Amino acid sequence: MMLTERRQKTVKKNDKTIREPLFRVVKRDGMPWYKSMLIRLIAVLAALLLCSLLSIFMAKASPLEFIKTLVDGAIGSTHKLWKFAKDTAVLLCISLAITPAFRMRFWNIGAEGQTLIGALASVAIAFYLGGKVSDGLLLVIMLFASVLVGALWGGLPAFFKAKWNTNETLFTLMMNYVATGLVSYCLVCWTPTNGSVLPRLEFGHIPVVIHEYFLIIFIVLIITALIHVYLHYTKQGYEISVVGESENTARYIGINVSKVIIRTMLISGAICGLAGFLIVGALDHSINTETVGGMGFTAIMVSWLAKFNPVIMLGTSAFITFLQLGSSQISSTFNIDSSFPNMVVGIVLFFIIGCEFFIGYRIKLRESDKKGGNKQ
Amino acid sequence: MNAFWDFIITSIPLGMTFLYGCTGEILTEKAGHLNLGIPGIMCVGGVCGCSALRLLYRSGLPPILIVLIAIIAAFAGGALMGALYCLLTVTLKANQNVTGLAMTTFGVGITKFVMNKLAIVPIRYLYALPYFRFPFAERTDALKYCGIMVYLAVIIALSTSYVLSKTQTGLHLRSVGENPATADAVGINVTKYKYVATLIGSGIAALGGLFYIMDYSGSVDAYKKIEALGWLSVALVIFTLWRPHLSIIGSFVFGTLYIVGSRIPTLLNITMDMSATPLFEMLPYVVTIIVLIVTSVSKKRENQPPAALGLPYFREER
Repeated sequence: MMLTERRQKTVKKNDKTIREPLFRVVKRDGMPWYKSMLIRLIAVLAALLLCSLLSIFMAKASPLEFIKTLVDGAIGSTHKLWKFAKDTAVLLCISLAITPAFRMRFWNIGAEGQTLIGALASVAIAFYLGGKVSDGLLLVIMLFASVLVGALWGGLPAFFKAKWNTNETLFTLMMNYVATGLVSYCLVCWTPTNGSVLPRLEFGHIPVVIHEYFLIIFIVLIITALIHVYLHYTKQGYEISVVGESENTARYIGINVSKVIIRTMLISGAICGLAGFLIVGALDHSINTETVGGMGFTAIMVSWLAKFNPVIMLGTSAFITFLQLGSSQISSTFNIDSSFPNMVVGIVLFFIIGCEFFIGYRIKLRESDKKGGNKQ
Repeated sequence: MNAFWDFIITSIPLGMTFLYGCTGEILTEKAGHLNLGIPGIMCVGGVCGCSALRLLYRSGLPPILIVLIAIIAAFAGGALMGALYCLLTVTLKANQNVTGLAMTTFGVGITKFVMNKLAIVPIRYLYALPYFRFPFAERTDALKYCGIMVYLAVIIALSTSYVLSKTQTGLHLRSVGENPATADAVGINVTKYKYVATLIGSGIAALGGLFYIMDYSGSVDAYKKIEALGWLSVALVIFTLWRPHLSIIGSFVFGTLYIVGSRIPTLLNITMDMSATPLFEMLPYVVTIIVLIVTSVSKKRENQPPAALGLPYFREER
């Protein structure tokens, strides 16, 4: 008696598990680009709608006002337009730096530290050699020092990854904090009485051409073109892609994987160092622990959003900068807290990250329901 | 000698901040998810707990209940963030690193925002301190920092360790992290395990934020430091080789390393140039890097991260 009952129960249970789920997820073969762009556009609009709802809630501003201030804050005047272009250029430069590594599936989240240490090298050179050598030579030494130190900072994790498969994500992350520590140490050493605020450097300024920000934007555009060519039209760029797709395949066709990993990370770190040099030489002329200000992490999003394509990155870095500048204008206009830009960027990113699913996969509803006609 | 004990006892509760974050992150990583959103989650935990206290401090509830509600609120806030992370990485199969970093950006932003709103009445935080620091709140020496949440952290770490290594649930969870396709074939509900582990893990990590703000520092501005502490918690996971019971000791070591720089002059009774302090602050990170290298060079199988860490699982792709 008991046994039959139990058996019936198991049968029932089995019956339940066998049933096809209500929907299942299927991978898409591909999607025309306009369709995928449309999905992303909808995601961004939905995210902005949510942000504007938030701002209504917090500041009693209408969504229309929200959008207007957002646009106005980012590109409202000539001055703002230059600032927008400058911020985009710096972010783009760091994003470009990490792209070769990311194409190789080397999760370099240490761009923050690599840039900061590059900036520190520039400042150190300008601090100690400033005035002793000619300004042109000083700039060249600063550039070399930054690139070298940046490459070292990126190359170290790569060396261990290539040799012993050390986890690169955590290694590069830790290197960020070592860089921050070194910067605060140097600041204490250089400013014995001044409370760790380094005064503006007198030497080692990149000359101003046309506009204060023109040269840095121009240099970054050249780097963009170079990286694009390097990744798409050279043998080394191809090797990076193969290693990223499958290390075994790469080994099989005779690519020296360790060499590619180390070489790519040296390049990646070197460009980060270059970004640090540009920040010091053309913009800040000083350094503190917040000089890079999280751009090393934002750059990862920029690069990922662009599918690691340098040309598309022009757009994505401009988009993120637009959001940041625009929403900081909103926070000052409507007297919302200064952390508002972080929230806006975070929300927009969540929506874009989520929408990628609908581009890569599609949802199939249970078919037996349709056939059986028991749909209600 | 007194200074030495003072130093040791102070580093225990600081270490507990890491321990919460670390235990949470271990649970998540055992399910195969490298959650880089832990710093953001810890911030959100702190903010949820503080909001709960802010709402309740005048309600006349017994103090122990208020503390309990604050803990639950922090846990719930963290779990909510964990749910968002899971929705994106498990269900929508998004990239874990990118999602985690976005979570941190968002979490830190929202925390700063809410904390600045709450900061209008800063003194209200301090009122809860005696309850958090029960039963030693009355003491004047360093022992007063060792309140109930310190013991809670140890209990959570020990029970996590027990569940992971001694129970069937733990075995299943580990198999999901090592090889989800095999686990799926055996009939383990991979999605469910990933969700539950990440939700609970995020909740535990969130308690670390609450602990740091409300208990260890007791100041309104404390939330600014949580992000850096959160990254240290992630580092601690490697330092302790994915073992929650070892992380109790590991967190103590990190706590010691974190404050040793500022304590050395009093400890050794010397006058030291304060310029070296930043170098000492680097210590935990440098030590983590060394441990990372040593474990990868030695290549012991039981010291490796879960094999499927960071890889999304899609059934049709195996």
